[in-house]
Amino acid sequence: MFKIIRLSLLLIVLCGIVYPVAMTGLAHTIFPSQADGSLVKNSDGKVVGSELIGQNYKSPQYFQGRVSSIENNGAATGSNNYAPSNEDMLKRTEESIKALQKENPELDKKDIPLDLITNSGSGLDPHISVQAAEFQAERVSEETGIKKEELLAMIKDSTTNRSLGIFGEPHINVLELNMKVQDVME
Amino acid sequence: MGVLQMAIVILLLLLIVKPLGSYIYHVFSNKSNKTDKVFAGIEKIIYSISGIKERPGMTWKKYTMSLLLTNIVLVAVGYVILRLQKWLPLNPSQIDNMESTLSFNTIVSFMTNTNLQHYSGETGLSYFSQMSVIMMMMFTSAVTGIIVAIAFIRGITSKGATIGNFFEDFIKGHTRLLIPMAVVVTLVLVGLKVPQTLDGTIQITTLEGEKQEIATGPVASLVSIKHLGTNGGGFFGVNSAHPFENPSPLTNVIEILSMWCIPAALTYTYGRFAKNQKQGWVIFGAMAILFIAFLSLIYISESNGNPAMNAIGLSSEQGSMEGKEVRFGTAQSALFSTVTTAATTGTVNNMHDTLTPLGGITPLSLMMLNTVFGGDGVGLVNMLMYAIIGVFICGLMVGRTPEFLGRKIEPREMKLITIALLAHPLIILGPTALAFMTELGKGAISNPGFHGISQVLYEYTSAAANNGSGFEGLGDNTPFWNISTGLVMLLGRYVSIIALLAVAGSLVKKQPVPETIGTFRTDNILFVGILVGAVLIIGALTFLPVMALGPIAEYLSIR
Repeated sequence: MFKIIRLSLLLIVLCGIVYPVAMTGLAHTIFPSQADGSLVKNSDGKVVGSELIGQNYKSPQYFQGRVSSIENNGAATGSNNYAPSNEDMLKRTEESIKALQKENPELDKKDIPLDLITNSGSGLDPHISVQAAEFQAERVSEETGIKKEELLAMIKDSTTNRSLGIFGEPHINVLELNMKVQDVME
Repeated sequence: MGVLQMAIVILLLLLIVKPLGSYIYHVFSNKSNKTDKVFAGIEKIIYSISGIKERPGMTWKKYTMSLLLTNIVLVAVGYVILRLQKWLPLNPSQIDNMESTLSFNTIVSFMTNTNLQHYSGETGLSYFSQMSVIMMMMFTSAVTGIIVAIAFIRGITSKGATIGNFFEDFIKGHTRLLIPMAVVVTLVLVGLKVPQTLDGTIQITTLEGEKQEIATGPVASLVSIKHLGTNGGGFFGVNSAHPFENPSPLTNVIEILSMWCIPAALTYTYGRFAKNQKQGWVIFGAMAILFIAFLSLIYISESNGNPAMNAIGLSSEQGSMEGKEVRFGTAQSALFSTVTTAATTGTVNNMHDTLTPLGGITPLSLMMLNTVFGGDGVGLVNMLMYAIIGVFICGLMVGRTPEFLGRKIEPREMKLITIALLAHPLIILGPTALAFMTELGKGAISNPGFHGISQVLYEYTSAAANNGSGFEGLGDNTPFWNISTGLVMLLGRYVSIIALLAVAGSLVKKQPVPETIGTFRTDNILFVGILVGAVLIIGALTFLPVMALGPIAEYLSIR
């Protein structure tokens, strides 16, 4: 029994303290910026966010990210975990569709990129699909006065392709794209 | 593209199985080998600090007792830390002590390799608790599972009275297997942008001038072992859907392979011990067939989109996107969900509660079967249990005494196996029914209609299979849920471990029967079919009625 207690305490020290602390030290030596959460600075050198954490964009001048039930609060996480049959989810989706149709009355529902009107898993998704960005180009162009072609070029420039050309889906980092919009506006 | 990317990941797994399986064999074969040079020195220090002088072979009873006592000591220390975390060091966000039933649930959850989380990591645990309790148990519980498999394999492949030395196996599992693998995976993940820091929450001003707080911490070191150890408890509440835990499709693939590789490689290790590699591939083959069938179901169902959304007139081109992340899309989400429930890890990269009704059948069924790869160690043992049932049934049909690897299967073994087999549905269906009969249980359901049945069923299935994922809408942090799922996790883990180690203890003493022309072979394609059949008939049919009440009824209602 005494052996077991000593072994257990030793494992707590080894796996629970030595391992994570040593990893933190090593990680900071080899990959300092990644280890600190991949923070992004603007042209003035001020930190404006993490490239991995979504933000709220209320102004129509910016590209919008995905629906977030937690308003992109990075201190908490979660989505509503709605069932596919949940009425509240369907109602929320209908409202998003109506809002988009208000901007553009001729909009066909089939053309709405689904990721723009659905809640992400984390509530912090920093990305949108390429279709979702191109879909918004018209509005951003009207609101900011930046030419649509210029915006489409920015979108192309901000697209991250599938990892190694195979895995996942092509996606756009909304913060990166909006920083480009902001730079042009200034 | 979706099918191709899933096929490539499966191919990568195939490439890992042989080298990793051989390595695990060398670690536990107890013959001197190359790995001694690197690790024997460190182990010597651990032996001497712990006061372990000799390491004789143990009978199954001694082995099991040592295993249980070690687990009990770890549970006791961990419980005290959670209850006192407010006053312990490394608590920059000033998190309070954990409530008692929640602490009970959490500690049982991590010791049993389940990692059901009724708390949210960012607000419920200090960094000290995350490290000294959660990360520590992610190692110890996984090693416990792996050495149960090794001891069981020794029992059915060797001759004598002992099944190995618990302490030697337990220490080697850490020093030679999980710690080195976790170090490598951690560093790769940090390189791919998973944070690893001991600083507190980051405060920033966003592009629009709002204040945003971002929780962070020693994430990478936890994410690596959470997958390698088939644990599954996330650093953050939303687990591997969180962009800090899983920033890109590439990290997604690494996490998938991390949780899949040890359960898959152990089939090869088994072949090495049995001195017949085909035995191992038969087990792997049966697992792979079931895996691909369930993967197809979820992938097709998710790609077709949510029927209720399609009815509104929306396009299903992207698949069902509610609860999923854009960077993964349907294929990487479907594959992740299948692997995490097959290997009973329980980490999630999309919200399982929001899976389409038919898609949701895949994770539920895989946890109900609990044998398709399965958690580190226990999955293989469960599959071998079905293999013994398979030869038993075939033996009855042809009227011969069933034999497995040259050992007669007799009433004592079959009784023990029946206990292990029946415990699983009993501790799922019993508590599920109980929850529906009480207000305490029903009050937690967050989605109306048939889906509410699935939510409760999923919770207990996940607890019993020691998986730990959830239909997370369920409001499960109440004393009723904390205690009931805690008990289910304990029974789900230890009843089968004890019963199956007893089977190993009984088989190891048997006189091997020489192989004759009449011996029923367990190393050919026919036996793959028998194995798949045994799993489906015995495992799946038990749960068919309750499946009809939950996901199937929901599907029919929104089709």
